[in-house]
Amino acid sequence: MVRKDLLVERRSKETLNALVFFSLLLLFVFQFTLGPDRERLAAALPGILWLGFVLAGLLGLGRTFVLERENDCWDALLLAPGDKSAIYVGKLAGNVLLMLVVETLLLVLFTFFFNVDLAGALPALALVVALGTLGLAAVGTLFAAMTAQVRARELLFPVLLLPVQVPVLLATVKATEAVLLGEPLSAVAHWLKLLAAADVVYVAAGVLTFDFLLES
Amino acid sequence: MTRALGWLAAIGLGAGLVMAFGVAPREATQGNVQRIMYLHVPSVWVAYVAFAVVFVASIVYLARRAERADHVAHASAELGVLFTGLTIATGSIWGKPTWGAWWTWDARLTSVSILFVMYLGYLLLRGMIDEGDRAARYAAVLGVVAALNIPLVHFSVYWWRTLHQPPSLMRPGGSSMPGVIVAALLVNFAAFSLLYLYFLAKRVRLLQLEAEAAA
Repeated sequence: MVRKDLLVERRSKETLNALVFFSLLLLFVFQFTLGPDRERLAAALPGILWLGFVLAGLLGLGRTFVLERENDCWDALLLAPGDKSAIYVGKLAGNVLLMLVVETLLLVLFTFFFNVDLAGALPALALVVALGTLGLAAVGTLFAAMTAQVRARELLFPVLLLPVQVPVLLATVKATEAVLLGEPLSAVAHWLKLLAAADVVYVAAGVLTFDFLLES
Repeated sequence: MTRALGWLAAIGLGAGLVMAFGVAPREATQGNVQRIMYLHVPSVWVAYVAFAVVFVASIVYLARRAERADHVAHASAELGVLFTGLTIATGSIWGKPTWGAWWTWDARLTSVSILFVMYLGYLLLRGMIDEGDRAARYAAVLGVVAALNIPLVHFSVYWWRTLHQPPSLMRPGGSSMPGVIVAALLVNFAAFSLLYLYFLAKRVRLLQLEAEAAA
């Protein structure tokens, strides 16, 4: 499943191209709204960064099952032999990879355009980003399947996803803030534990309930 | 049965009002404004009970596929949103004279408002799906995920900030409130719980009739 989706994505580069372009536009918008004040920018940076990740994630994750729906392969998904949760894990892995690529590009663009030095904080930042992305993608993949066959899905998907993602957002923004200030990871241990717990809960919930979404 | 429940709830609410306005003393520092607590705290209690019922009923539905469990989850989610809304409204009315603002981004205000939005989304999802069976399945999955999310929301928001009054009823070292106030509060707890059960029974019946009419 992962292999198939990644192959399709690599051949078409459809989602990736659009997402990177979208993130670039986000950078411009942030710059316009915040003005040239460096200090204010630096204070808002963790929030901006995650806002960019989440907005890109909303667009990217919402498209998880678009291919299946548009090409009438939904029934094939339902008929696929074996455990349905394997489909979930496959889609989740694909989404996590896609988001990590977009996030890496976005980070590079950030350092470039906003003239911030992330090098020192990079390992810690990578951990926070990885944990946050897994949490975001775990719920996002589940909800994408839920809204794929529903009216007004483009609207419903973010409406469902955003409130559920509040813990992940708070934890990642707070942890990113501390990491960028050069604090050690132990200072944000409680946030990292919360993120890890959220990841476990979301992935477990996804694996266990995905079956019910793909019935009939 | 349902009718008896309704009368009991009505009597309980009446008694609760008498206790809150007549029997309970005027609070020394906050004045009469404090009496809104007799509505505020039972509302949030009922809201949490309602969401717990959504969780259990959703699991029962996924396991057994009993239509009744789905009706219970649906009705309870509606009531949960209603009572969360009441909690926020009464809290705002109390907050304006006491804190000087209708709203602050305090930990518990924030987590309750997140619950409100989360379950509004649940009701939206239900409304967007036409086939009853699919709506029930999807909503049940969301009901489970949302409930599992409640403790995560609670902890994250709590660490984020807190300014709310520390709970004065259930805390280690016993209650700090005089007995009369506790009694008035307990009467209202009972009344609101009865009201919830009455609404739930009514709404489940209505959903059943709707399903029968559609079939």
